Amino acid sequence: MFSYFIRRLLGLLPVLFGVSLLVFTIPRVIGSDPARIMLGERASPESYQRLRLELGLDVPYFLNFKEARTNGVAGLFDAQYPNFLRHALQGDLGKSIFSRIPVVTSLTHFFPATFELTMVAMFIAVVLGVPLGILAALNRGTVIDTTLMFVALAGVSFPVFWLGIIMIYVFAVGLGWLPPSGRLSPTLIFHGTTGFYVLDAILQGRWDVLWNAIRHLILPGIALGTIPLAIIVRMTRSSMLEVLGQDYIRTARAKGVEARSVINKHALRNALLPVVTVIGLSFGQLLSGAILTETVFAWPGIGRFVYDAISARDYPIIQGGVLFVATMFVIVNMVVDLSYAVIDPRIQYT
Amino acid sequence: MTTSAATAGNQDRVEGRSLLQDAFRRFRRHPTGILGTAIIVFFVLVTIFAPVLRPIDPLRIDLRNRMLPPTWTMSQQELEQKHLQRWSYPFGTDVQGRDMLVRVLYGGRISLRVGLEAVAMAALVGTLLGLIAGFFGGWLDTFIVWFVDILLAFPGILLAIAIVAALGQSLLNALIAISITYVPVYIRIVRSVTLSLRESEYVQAARALGSRSGRVILAHVLPNGLSPLMVQLTLSIGTAILDVAALGFLGLGARPPTPEWGAMISDGFGRFRIAPWLSIVPGIAIFFSVVGFNLLGDAIRDVLDPRLKR
Repeated sequence: MFSYFIRRLLGLLPVLFGVSLLVFTIPRVIGSDPARIMLGERASPESYQRLRLELGLDVPYFLNFKEARTNGVAGLFDAQYPNFLRHALQGDLGKSIFSRIPVVTSLTHFFPATFELTMVAMFIAVVLGVPLGILAALNRGTVIDTTLMFVALAGVSFPVFWLGIIMIYVFAVGLGWLPPSGRLSPTLIFHGTTGFYVLDAILQGRWDVLWNAIRHLILPGIALGTIPLAIIVRMTRSSMLEVLGQDYIRTARAKGVEARSVINKHALRNALLPVVTVIGLSFGQLLSGAILTETVFAWPGIGRFVYDAISARDYPIIQGGVLFVATMFVIVNMVVDLSYAVIDPRIQYT
Repeated sequence: MTTSAATAGNQDRVEGRSLLQDAFRRFRRHPTGILGTAIIVFFVLVTIFAPVLRPIDPLRIDLRNRMLPPTWTMSQQELEQKHLQRWSYPFGTDVQGRDMLVRVLYGGRISLRVGLEAVAMAALVGTLLGLIAGFFGGWLDTFIVWFVDILLAFPGILLAIAIVAALGQSLLNALIAISITYVPVYIRIVRSVTLSLRESEYVQAARALGSRSGRVILAHVLPNGLSPLMVQLTLSIGTAILDVAALGFLGLGARPPTPEWGAMISDGFGRFRIAPWLSIVPGIAIFFSVVGFNLLGDAIRDVLDPRLKR
């Protein structure tokens, strides 16, 4: 198990290397010039050169052969990509072109908001999705099943941002039940320590803030959770049906085990294995869906932060943000794979 | 004697039914598949014949009739005041007084076309790379699998967003970006089919008989990968339509006056308190077209692989 873990971890390296290479290369393909963007077209050549030097743009992209002649290997790698990689590994993703705030600082600042929203969406998707999937499987072929499957199909056919807009229109503007945007009401004065408002509110015993934060989480959480919910319902149903057709279920029923017990003890445990994969993969769906959801609900998370950077062509933020999300996704997938070993004793990792 | 020979002949013909004919027979009895097809055909027809059905320029500005709600919701008095008929603007008008119905119809042209083209491009490139990886193996395979893993490390639409952010906003760049994000799925499907068939006896036999690699791939390997490919293709078109809309909504797709569903929703987003139809109408169009492709995709899966039908 341990050696498998190490191998999986090492297997991540080439992928993350490739991801960083891609993230670095994409903005440079079209030859965008951060120094030019920052200074504008009318800057003096001197200040332009100074900024290029400061940003490390004066060296070649990948390998510096000129420096290699004088400084050897160290000189060869004095190029933009090796420097970018070295800094990234040290936790430095550069600074915003405009605000000059380090990208990592902003990412850690906005991360709790996105994480909180993602967890709520995932919670909604799992808590509703698994029981509904089981319900559909147990009532296979009936009206309940057909209706649930149709709703699940509809769930993956909505544009997330559109659903968000409709929900704001109905529940916030029309009925006035829930706030339309943001994480907290602007009138509420609150300083969290961790950035996770729900957690902070509980830690500080601020129940008004807790209630307020939860109310703000409901609409974006549902909007973001719809697609994973629909996928989980479908997956649970088909996985459950497959398990219910197995011989050991028939055996259990034949020997007179109570129906409820057959479902809970024999079927469910086995049926939920593939669902775990889907939950893991849905995290990616959530992270990228967050860009759209956060834009609609003015949610101050990483998605919105990166989206604003795209409009402003602030490349270090786009680069850093994309790299950050991709890395998280890759790690989550690995954790899901590893969790198999824990929940499925049949799998032996060597 | 003759009759029994004829019956035997008939039986032969029945037994000789191809997989595809068989699948088609099952498809005809698949209600949701028929429904999906009907929806898709409807969308394709109305978008193709949009200029005939409603001969109005989708870009025509009419400042006297700005932000009209769907005219059938207006009172008789209001209609008379504005010299309008009950069905003048069934879907209302936008901020510039442009007819929403005609814009939704033309928007369908863009969404369906871009969705189809992006998926077709991805399938083509992905199939080619998957065949190469699976059939030849070696370092080429290692490299292609690495490439797939990298692309799959970007969840959902993130890669497309990053690509368009770099290339610049345009519909073509959105198409390219979406297409790239779909390539890995096709590489994976085709590669796995190819890998499993490469060692099969009939492929070995074909090779032993001296068939060249190209012929073996085209005649023996590719046809067997067609059913998972077709299922994936149909389902991808649905999600690609959603992706086109998402990029349009984020301002990374078609440029503003162009009637594109996502951009239209974005256009209405800031005004949904006063003019909700601006975002509701294109959203419904997206929803139904995607439902159509998803229904069809599910049906094709049931039909091509009856074992999976539950």
